[in-house]
Amino acid sequence: MSVSALTIPVKKTFSLLLFFFMSFFVLMSAAQQTLASEVSAEDSLADAWNALSKKNYTKKAKAIEVITQQNPSEARPALKAMLEGQLYYAKRGKALYFLKETDNSYVFTPLFDADSALEPIVQENRRGFRKVKVNNRLRSMIRQFLAVLQLTHEDANIRLSAVQELLKNPDADAAGLMENTVEKETDDRVVAAMRTLLAVIQLENGDEAAQQSAINTLADSLNTSAMNALMAYEAPTKALQNKAESAIQKINDKRDLYNKMETIFFGLSLGSVLALSAIGLAITFGVMGVINMAHGELMMIGAYTTYVIQLLMPDNIAMSILVAIPAAFIVSGLVGIAIERGVIRHLYGRPLETLLATFGVSLVLQQTVRSIFSPLNRSVETPEWMSGAWQINEVLALTWNRLYIIFFCLAVFAALIAVMKKTSLGLQVRAVSQNRTMARAMGVRSKWVDALTFGLGSGIAGLAGVALSLLTNVGPNLGQAYIIDSFMVVVFGGVGNLWGTLIAGMSLGVINKLLEPWAGAVLAKILVLIFIILFIQKRPKGLFPQRGRAAED
Amino acid sequence: MLLMKVLKNDKPGIWLLGILLVISIAVPILNLLVPESSPFHISTYTVTLLGKYLTYALLAVSADLVWGYLGILTLGHAAFFALGGYVMGMYLMRQIGERGVYGDPLLPDFMVFLSWQELPWFWQGFDQFWFAALMIMLVPGILAYVFGYLAFRSRVTGVYLSIITQALTYALMLAFFRNEMGFGGNNGLTDFKDILGFDLRADSTRIALFLASAVALAIGYVLSRIIVSSRLGLASVAIRDAESRSRFIGYRVENIKLWVFVFSAMMAGVAGALYVPQVGIINPGEFSPLNSIELIIWVAIGGRGTLYGAVIGALLVNYSKTYFTAALPEIWLYALGAMFILVTLYLPKGIVGLQLQSLRNLRIVRMVRKIRGAKV
Repeated sequence: MSVSALTIPVKKTFSLLLFFFMSFFVLMSAAQQTLASEVSAEDSLADAWNALSKKNYTKKAKAIEVITQQNPSEARPALKAMLEGQLYYAKRGKALYFLKETDNSYVFTPLFDADSALEPIVQENRRGFRKVKVNNRLRSMIRQFLAVLQLTHEDANIRLSAVQELLKNPDADAAGLMENTVEKETDDRVVAAMRTLLAVIQLENGDEAAQQSAINTLADSLNTSAMNALMAYEAPTKALQNKAESAIQKINDKRDLYNKMETIFFGLSLGSVLALSAIGLAITFGVMGVINMAHGELMMIGAYTTYVIQLLMPDNIAMSILVAIPAAFIVSGLVGIAIERGVIRHLYGRPLETLLATFGVSLVLQQTVRSIFSPLNRSVETPEWMSGAWQINEVLALTWNRLYIIFFCLAVFAALIAVMKKTSLGLQVRAVSQNRTMARAMGVRSKWVDALTFGLGSGIAGLAGVALSLLTNVGPNLGQAYIIDSFMVVVFGGVGNLWGTLIAGMSLGVINKLLEPWAGAVLAKILVLIFIILFIQKRPKGLFPQRGRAAED
Repeated sequence: MLLMKVLKNDKPGIWLLGILLVISIAVPILNLLVPESSPFHISTYTVTLLGKYLTYALLAVSADLVWGYLGILTLGHAAFFALGGYVMGMYLMRQIGERGVYGDPLLPDFMVFLSWQELPWFWQGFDQFWFAALMIMLVPGILAYVFGYLAFRSRVTGVYLSIITQALTYALMLAFFRNEMGFGGNNGLTDFKDILGFDLRADSTRIALFLASAVALAIGYVLSRIIVSSRLGLASVAIRDAESRSRFIGYRVENIKLWVFVFSAMMAGVAGALYVPQVGIINPGEFSPLNSIELIIWVAIGGRGTLYGAVIGALLVNYSKTYFTAALPEIWLYALGAMFILVTLYLPKGIVGLQLQSLRNLRIVRMVRKIRGAKV
């Protein structure tokens, strides 16, 4: 018994000694190695650059590592060019060149500006040069190194994308780099991403305490890599396992929430387009009892106005949209007044005939546009202040153009309500729509009011056209694609009710987008149409029917 | 007997039937017996074109029954036409059998292409002509019944009804564009070989189809005339002119509307079924709302509420469409648009109305002369 009690400490001491000895040995050899590499730093760097022109991929990989560590400023452009297949070397002399292709010539610029012996070479083909080839393994390695290099870039966005690149493929080497930089980092987003990355690495390599704090950090993150790391995590203890699972649950819940928010946002933006295109129709249909089948074509005219204005001011795309808004309103409004004066005036009180006549007008307008602008689709350039997205967090990003369209729709709606409620024109319009004869008896010039109302509705169609031109291509069939939808909105909302139109447009948009992931885009649309057909059975006058005397035919 | 009674006061109807009889005798003779070198020879292409026009005319009559006599401006009537066409197309597809590109004895080519293993249930039975013929009437009829039952019972009228009929055909178009529906998706059904064992490309089959179209138009016209001159027809005119009043008098407005609507849809289905073998293809484009609206303009140009006016309108518009789209393609939409506008503004009763008006004027002039003559 006493013997065995003694032997254990002896064994322990022995193994400890062995461990020390061995680690000393390892350290010594490592020190030797570093010493050796420092001595030959100049040499090995030059060797490394030379190695790039070799065929051996393992050597190339080693060379890239060396270059990145020792000469980061020149490594960045060289690696980037390599990744894009634009780094070449001369067959004679093995000097490295960047290739820049122009229309009919190839320009080779030497990699090192200081190297005065070499000058840029321009020739018609690539003769005499050979590409520095990369394979997939090398490519992913280069990406990673580039990411590391970019961690110190002065632009915060580039730093952020560099961290995100590392997150896709985290490894322990990056951790060392990160720990130094995270202290100096000033941008919050970059700090958060770096902390996530550190947590991912700690989850794999750290001890239990580190793993615990890593799980806590990751639970607040929405990043896909964080999620993957947690999924792949093999917990040493039951408690940690549970913690990891609840963290996964938490992330999933949050992501679901944000995804739903995004769907609703998409729905609202689609709804705004629908509402915007239907509001003009609601005015002409609701106030005047006129079914304007040419409404879609008035939208198309608005879209083409935007296109023409952009052609007129090509240097100032940002401003052109702002100019296009009033221009489209005026152009479509004038066309609308012309339609009213020329055709609809003769057909009041005969809604079905108006439908046919305005359909004829729509065909004529379509063909006119086709003759002027050709049947091909045109595209309107999106100004810079409308492109991009508002990144709220890793999952939720709201694109600016959709956001602006929602605002635009609400602004148009507010302006219209103001016109209808606060101006004398609005008062007269409402008077005529409620009781034409009485309004005339009170001295309202009903014909003038009709023309202006129709112009107003058409002008708003033009505004909808501006919004549409930024979302889709501008073509002669643009209007037809939206006319049925806008009729649905008006009918669903209740004729003659602007608020009903807005609410109907928004809710149809949201319903459509909610159905889409489950049923697919086309089926979702079919379902919405069937829903409206059935809804009309239940409430033949829409969501918000007109009440009182005005409701009587 | 009934025929005599119905046609007694319908001079234009007698004319129409007479003309149909004449062309059904003349066209086959001129096509088959007169040699090709003769100036009187009618090419098979023309025969098919005429047959197509006749199916359009039948469709127009069915639309006029609903719009002219019932006051429902349907903007989705071409949906029934297309459904009838699809039913016929399914029969013709099943007749191809092993002669398809993939040579599958049971599955049509597009199903093999989509690597479907077996025939969907709704394709069963379409290899029998009697079943297909039944379905040509039933499928549009049932759709019209369900749609009409829902719409008329809840008193959806006027513009609302027009818009939801348009929504109906639009939804059907989107649905038939989907490959998963099992109707050939975007390409529709085509590449037909024969009907009832006769080769579809043979001149004699073309003539037979033309004759069938003429007979169908005649029967459709007479049946419609019987309906509009019956009590049902009178009641539907009453509904058209004053719906609430008819309801208060005690007519079951919903039922009257429903049955006329269903009958009209069946007629449109038959027209579609005759149309498909003649043009050789049916695709979802036939459901497009534009087609339904164009159909309405045929009726409007001819003169609504007369039945024969619809026939005239359909023939006239389609002939000019064939002419314009070949000779001056850019002009066609202008012409069609202008027709819409001018007819609604200046010819609310269509061409027939113009003629009726001038006849009436003539009669008045004669009467005035008579009276004057008597005085002198």
